[in-house]
Amino acid sequence: MRWHAVCREPEVPTEFGVAALVRGHPVALFRTGDDELFALGNVDPFSGAGVISRGIVGDRQGEPTVASPMHKQVFSLRSGQCLDDPETRLPTYPVRCRDGVVEVATG
Amino acid sequence: MNKTLVIIGHGMVGHRLIEEIRERDTAENWRIVVLGEEAHPAYDRVALSSYMAETTAEGLSLLTPETRRDRRVELLTGVGATAIDRTERRVSITTGDSLHYDALVLATGSRPFVPPVPGADLPGCHVYRTLEDLDGIRAAASPGTDGVVVGGGLLGLEAADALRTLGMRPHVVEVAPRLMPVQVDEGGGAVLARLVGDLGIEVHTGVATASVHAGEHGGVGSVELTDGTEIDTGLLVFSAGIRPRDELADSSGLPRGERGGFLVDGGCRTEDPHVWAIGECAAVRGQCHGLVAPGYRMATAVAEQLTGGGTAEFEGADGATKLKLVGVDVASFGDAHGTSEGALEVVYANNAQGTYAKLVLDDDATTLLGGVLVGDAGAYDVLRPLTGGPLPGPPEQLLLPASQSGGPTAGALPDEATVCSCHNVRKTDITEVISSGAVEDVAGIKSCTKAGTGCGSCVPMLKNLLDEAGVATSDALCEHFPQSRSELFEIVRATGITTFSRLIAEYGTGRGCDICKPAVASILAGSTTSHILDDEQAGLQDTNDRFLANMQRNGTYSVVPRVPGGEITPDKLITLGQVATEFGLYTKITGGQRIDMFGARVEQLPEIWRRLVEAGFESGHAYGKALRTVKSCVGTDWCRYGVQDSVTMAIRLEMRYRGLRAPHKIKAGVSGCARECAEARSKDFGVIATERGWNLYVGGNGGFSPRHAELLASDLTDEDLIRVIDRFLMFYIRTAERLQRTAGWIESFDNGLEHVREVVVEDSLGIAADLEAAMARHTENYTDEWGAVLNDPEKLSRFVSFVNAPDSPDPTIRFTEERGQIRPEPTDLPMPVPTTGRKTVTEEVSA
Repeated sequence: MRWHAVCREPEVPTEFGVAALVRGHPVALFRTGDDELFALGNVDPFSGAGVISRGIVGDRQGEPTVASPMHKQVFSLRSGQCLDDPETRLPTYPVRCRDGVVEVATG
Repeated sequence: MNKTLVIIGHGMVGHRLIEEIRERDTAENWRIVVLGEEAHPAYDRVALSSYMAETTAEGLSLLTPETRRDRRVELLTGVGATAIDRTERRVSITTGDSLHYDALVLATGSRPFVPPVPGADLPGCHVYRTLEDLDGIRAAASPGTDGVVVGGGLLGLEAADALRTLGMRPHVVEVAPRLMPVQVDEGGGAVLARLVGDLGIEVHTGVATASVHAGEHGGVGSVELTDGTEIDTGLLVFSAGIRPRDELADSSGLPRGERGGFLVDGGCRTEDPHVWAIGECAAVRGQCHGLVAPGYRMATAVAEQLTGGGTAEFEGADGATKLKLVGVDVASFGDAHGTSEGALEVVYANNAQGTYAKLVLDDDATTLLGGVLVGDAGAYDVLRPLTGGPLPGPPEQLLLPASQSGGPTAGALPDEATVCSCHNVRKTDITEVISSGAVEDVAGIKSCTKAGTGCGSCVPMLKNLLDEAGVATSDALCEHFPQSRSELFEIVRATGITTFSRLIAEYGTGRGCDICKPAVASILAGSTTSHILDDEQAGLQDTNDRFLANMQRNGTYSVVPRVPGGEITPDKLITLGQVATEFGLYTKITGGQRIDMFGARVEQLPEIWRRLVEAGFESGHAYGKALRTVKSCVGTDWCRYGVQDSVTMAIRLEMRYRGLRAPHKIKAGVSGCARECAEARSKDFGVIATERGWNLYVGGNGGFSPRHAELLASDLTDEDLIRVIDRFLMFYIRTAERLQRTAGWIESFDNGLEHVREVVVEDSLGIAADLEAAMARHTENYTDEWGAVLNDPEKLSRFVSFVNAPDSPDPTIRFTEERGQIRPEPTDLPMPVPTTGRKTVTEEVSA
C-alpha cells in the first residue's frame, strides 16, 4: 500500500466533496461535519460518469452517505455500499491527514 | 356509416350528450349537428350566479378546444328550431334552412315561469336564466336601492344574492310559508330564513305578488304584495319556477306529458323511434326533472343507445341536492318531507350556531329514508348513499356536526355508494386504487379516479378513506425533518434562521440528505439575499445549482443563457455560435425559446460564462427549481391577428421573476391573442391576450402528467395582471410541498382553484400585501448568479475537474460525432432502474 499526497486539508470543504486523480484513478474525497475524511471511487457505477464527488453529503439513520447526483442512489461513505441496491458498491480507499496534507492510499 | 344526429338545444345536457357520444363513437358513425338558440355555446348554468361576481362568459363555457375543433361536431350558435317534419325526418331552423336527421334529440330545456301578475310585462321586469338575462339585470341594477325577487326557491335565492353583489338591497317574495319549499321542511326553512336574513336579504314568506306598478318613467316603480306591503323598486326578477320548452310538440305531433314536456319512455325515447328528449324538456314516464344531474344521466342513457344500440335506461332521480346558496349550506335527499307511511323524524337544531338537521327513518327507526340539512351539510356525502339502507349508528350521532362527534365516516358507506357524484366514482373504485398502492395521497386519488376534481365536496371523504386504509399521509420532508416543506418555510420566516445547520439542530435530527438539503436551500434562497453558493449553502445544492448548469448523462453540463421572452438580436446569436464553436459544444434549440449548449466540462464553465456575461448574457436558471422561461408569440408587433403586445409583456414578466426559487421549476407563456401560439395554457402561469386586457391561466404543465392551465382571472390590465401573478407565485412558494408543481399544489386544496382564487384575487386571508411585498424584495435584490461567481475567486476555485489536477479533463468523458456535432460516447453500462425502499422522484432534466 502506498500513500499519495493529494491536496491540502482545507481544499476538502466540510460536508462537501472534491474529485482527485490518484495514479490515474478518479477518486472522490469527502469531509463530514465531524471532520472525518472519506475516499471513494468517483465513477458512478450506475451511469459510468465521474460525478460522485458532486453528490450531496448527509446521513441515513446515522450512516454517513453521499447521493449520486445522476440518479440519486445513496452510498455509504464508510463502506461504499449502495444503500438502495445491495448488489452495487463503490471502491473505497484509505485516507488520512498528515501535517495538513490529505493522503490517499492505493493498492 | 355516416349518420346525422341533430341535437336541438346546446345547454348543459345537450353538451353532455355531445361529449358522451364523441367519447363512445370511436368508429365515427355519427356526425353531430347542434342547434344553440342562445348567443353563447353551452355554459355552466348552475354557476350562473358567479357570472355576476367575477366570472366571464368564457369562464363559464363548457366548450373545450377539442370539441370546438372536432370535425364530427357542427355547432350552430344563435340558431333555433322552428318545426319538425317526422315523415321526412327534417328539422326547420331559424335561418330558413332545414336539416335532415337520422336521430333527433330534443334538449330544449325550460323557460322561466312568470306568474300572471298585473304589470309583469313592464320594463324593469326580468327573469333569471341566461347570460343575457344577467347582462340585462346588471345594466338595470341601481346600487343602494331595493330590488325584488319573486320566488324563494334555489334560483330565487341565487338571484337575490346576485342583486346583493350588484350593491342592491334584495327582497325575496315566496308564496309558500318557507324558503326553498321543495327541498327543506319548516324547521330547516326557519333556520335558512334567519341565515339569509343575516346576509342582508329581506325575506317575505307566505305572501304573493299582487301587482307591479309603473313608475314615473313607465318602467317598474313599485311592487305590491298580497299582505299590503309595497316596496319601491325599479328592478324585479321573476324566479318562480320553470316550464319545459316543448313548443316543438305542436308541429311534430309528438305527445306531451300531463304537466308538459316531451313524453318519453325510460330510455328517453319518444313514440317516434328516431326522436329522443333529455334534460328539463323531457317528461320521463310523465315526470320532468329540473336538476342537471338527472339530465346528465339521461344524456348518458341516450348516448349508450345511439352508439351501442342497447336499451340503456334513465334510472330516475331522487331530487337529492346539496348546494351552497349565498354562502349557506343546504342539502336535502330522499324522503325529505317524511311523507312515507309511518315515517319517523329525528331533528337536531342549534339556533345559536344556525344549523338544522333532520333524518327521516322508517317506522321501526332502522332504515334511513331521507333528510334535510341546513347551515352545515357536512354529513350529506355520507348520509345520501345510505338512503334506503340500515343506519350505521345511532341517528343522533349521525346528525351532530362533524366537529362534535367525529361525524359519520366514509367507512360506514357501502362499497357501491357514490362518493364523487360529479364524476360518478364509487367508494370501491377509490378503495381499490388505495389498496393497490398506486396512490398515497388525495392528489393521487384525484389523478387516478377523477374523484374530487369536480365540485371538491368529497375531498374530506377521500382523506377519510385514506386514513381508514391506514395510509399514513405523512407530510415529513424526510427522515431528518418531521415537518413538511411549507412548515419549514414558515419556521424560517418566523425565526429568521439563515443556515441549514441551525435549522436542523433546532428543528430536525441528523445531518441531512439529498432531499432536505436542496429543499432548505430553496427556502433560504427565498428569505435571504445571499448568493446560493455562499458558505455553507453551496453544500446544500443539487449538483445543477452547485455548478449553475445542467448535468447531463456523462457528467458534463449544459449551458443556457437567459433569452427573455425568446427575443434575441442577431449579434447575440452570433456570440452564442462563436462560444459553442470555440468550446466544441453541441447546440440545440429548447422548448422554452432559448439555445442550449451541451458538453461543457465543469472546469470550462467559468470561461464559457465569462464570454457570455461580457456579451450581455446572464444566467437562465435552467438548472434551478426556479422561473425558467416566459415563452411568447410575436403579438401585435408583427402578427396580423395579435391584440396585445405579448413580447413586451413576456419580457417584463421574465425579468420580474428571474431567479425566483420555488418548490419546483416554473414555466410561463404569453400569447397575443386567443390563437394561443405561445402554448401558455401548458404553463404554470399562462397569459392570453383579450380585446380588453389579459386572461390569466394557472396550473398547467407538460411532462409526465400534462395539464392544461385553468382560468384564474380575466380581462386584467397590465398592472393588475402582475399583481395577481406576484401573489400567486409567492403563495405557491410559501405553501407548496417539495417538487410539487403548481397543478398539484392547486389540487391539494380542498376547494382547488377556487381557494387559490379567493386568496390571491379576493385576498380572503388578508395576506396579499405581504405576498406583494415579498415579491418586491425579490425583484429589488436580484443579481445575476453567474456574474457574481465570476467576481468571486473562492467560488471560482470549485470549478475544477480534479483538486490536484485542476485542468486535466476527466478521462471518463469521451465524445463521438453525430450529424456534425459531438455527442457522449455510448457507455455499455446499464441505465439505472428506479431504486426501491425509498421514494424516488424523477427529476426532469430540462434542456
